[in-house]
Amino acid sequence: MKKLLLLVLPLLLSVAAVASGTIEGEIEKQPLNVSAIIMFLLFVGGTLVITYWAAKRTKTAKDFYTAGGGITGLQNGMAIAGDYMSAASFLGISGLVYLAGYDGLIYSIGFLVGWPVILFLISERLRNLGKYTFADVAAYRLKQAPIRTLAAFGSIATVILYLIAQMVGAGKLIQLLFGLPYELAVVLVGTLMILYVTFGGMLATTWVQIIKAILLLAGATFMALAVLSHFGFSLDAMFAAAVEVHGKGEAIMAPGGLVSDPISAISLGIALMFGTAGLPHILMRFFTVADAKEARKSVFYATGFIGYFYILTFIIGFGAIIMVLNNPEYLDLAKQAISGGSPILGGKNMAAIHLSHAVGGNFFLGFISAVAFATILAVVSGLTLAGASAISHDLYANVFNKGGEVDEAKEMRVSKIATVALGIIAIFLGIAFEQQNIAFVVGLAFAIAASANFPVLFLSMFWSKLTTRGAVIGGSLGLGTAIMLVILGPIVWVQIFGNAEAIFPYKYPALFSVTVAFIGIWFFSITDNSEDAKRERELFEAQDIRSQTGIGAEGASEH
Amino acid sequence: MTKEQIEHVKNNPKYQKLVKERSKFAWTLSIIMLVVYYAFILTIAFSPETLGTKIGSGVMTIGIPIGIAIIFISFILAGIYVRRANGEFDQLTKEVREELGDIA
Repeated sequence: MKKLLLLVLPLLLSVAAVASGTIEGEIEKQPLNVSAIIMFLLFVGGTLVITYWAAKRTKTAKDFYTAGGGITGLQNGMAIAGDYMSAASFLGISGLVYLAGYDGLIYSIGFLVGWPVILFLISERLRNLGKYTFADVAAYRLKQAPIRTLAAFGSIATVILYLIAQMVGAGKLIQLLFGLPYELAVVLVGTLMILYVTFGGMLATTWVQIIKAILLLAGATFMALAVLSHFGFSLDAMFAAAVEVHGKGEAIMAPGGLVSDPISAISLGIALMFGTAGLPHILMRFFTVADAKEARKSVFYATGFIGYFYILTFIIGFGAIIMVLNNPEYLDLAKQAISGGSPILGGKNMAAIHLSHAVGGNFFLGFISAVAFATILAVVSGLTLAGASAISHDLYANVFNKGGEVDEAKEMRVSKIATVALGIIAIFLGIAFEQQNIAFVVGLAFAIAASANFPVLFLSMFWSKLTTRGAVIGGSLGLGTAIMLVILGPIVWVQIFGNAEAIFPYKYPALFSVTVAFIGIWFFSITDNSEDAKRERELFEAQDIRSQTGIGAEGASEH
Repeated sequence: MTKEQIEHVKNNPKYQKLVKERSKFAWTLSIIMLVVYYAFILTIAFSPETLGTKIGSGVMTIGIPIGIAIIFISFILAGIYVRRANGEFDQLTKEVREELGDIA
């Protein structure tokens, strides 16, 4: 505890340093938003109380990683929905609807439909086989060290990429909403996240996520209702008003340019669906419930909350078209003078934020701003816990320690050190990437999750002939292909490196990288004739019995 | 688990029924979901104007109710699975475990 405080203290001091530095420096454009800051402080205060409460209940490694397995299906469903309803999806999808109308709905649906499939095929097997991380499942009957190394690598890569996107988003959002300097915002998010995770573990992380999910759903519901009531709850009237003011006219009521060719469409679909089933912070949530029954319930509730949320964002996007577009109050006059049109302050992703002001004034703007910040905090906490678990449970306890007896207290200490390290890395990367184009980052995270994590996990549960060699070579090929194709694709190769034409023409590599992974795993498994491979295949039946019936599965701890 | 124990479980008729019926059910629902989603995605890819077909007298297009319907279908399919799995299949699992006694 003392050591941790020593680690956290310099961060808090640096917050003060950055803060004072900027006051002397250039003057911030945005005025301090007092109601937003008060509501945010309430949230932070409340969550720190929860962290204190959770810290007293977090004694064992099982408590730390999975909240002792005592989360209920409804709570976990809410937390999964919370993990999924990131600021990127709230602001990004409503912004996309605002910009292009119907295309936003295509994204939402892609993000949602993976969930039922996860429920039907994966959730209960995962719960029955795993303990703390998805690598427990993937390495169940294979060689621990190579499989866990690959899984940890895939997890950490996904987590760090996601963290970069969240941190940069947090910095910019807070700069805009609260009038605080970018660096201060990033350091603040990083510090709070370290506090939640190191002291409160999964229990605190889950409750922070649940509270934020409730606040976000309540706020979004209010906004959608405000928009609908404006039109006497007639969708027809709302759409008609939007078509009238939007520059694209009736085109916003049908698919536009988002997915232009069949390959991109299918590839995006695969990335969203399989990527979801390979995100380490989401997979970890299945180990926080008592049994397969609760695991199933969590996905059912999560699907409901997420689906409802996407319907709300669709209405919010259209509401923004009507009430924000062409409203001089929200126009970016400086930008308009240069490039014409009607750009809004902060760009399209601020559409929902401006709408909150349009429907609820300064007070509600403050509320939504605070919720957006809370959302980022909750999501980065979940991510960091997943990354730290990969380091402490997979790499430290099972790879470096060669699966021997590990002192639990030692494993937890490694996990907490890893949390602090990841937090510091996230802060530095957040600051380093401030001026970078990070549009590719979340796409790359999903591509890696879909091409490295998912195929190995899926085949380990469903295919008896899988061997360690096949999983390691195939998974690595999928990982490598995903990274390479993103680099050679239009976003990095053209927009960032400034080349004229992309070597790989598609924005979403998943169709290719997932195929490479599956073929690689298949080929290097069936050609594996070693003694180990034979034994690994024989172990499948016992694994399958446990995954089907839960015989021998991890239970909830007794307290 | 020893080889004999594995054989014992595999030969249990209730275990066989559980595995067979649940797999069939899970894969059927998965395929329905995939067909619905990819029919939607392929329509967008090959014939986006189909989803822009107007319905009613205003600006409403067929694409909007279809999109919303897919969200509802996801939720309903999830509900159907959870209902049967948490009822019938869990009961069957319980019976299997009771019959297996020592192994479970």
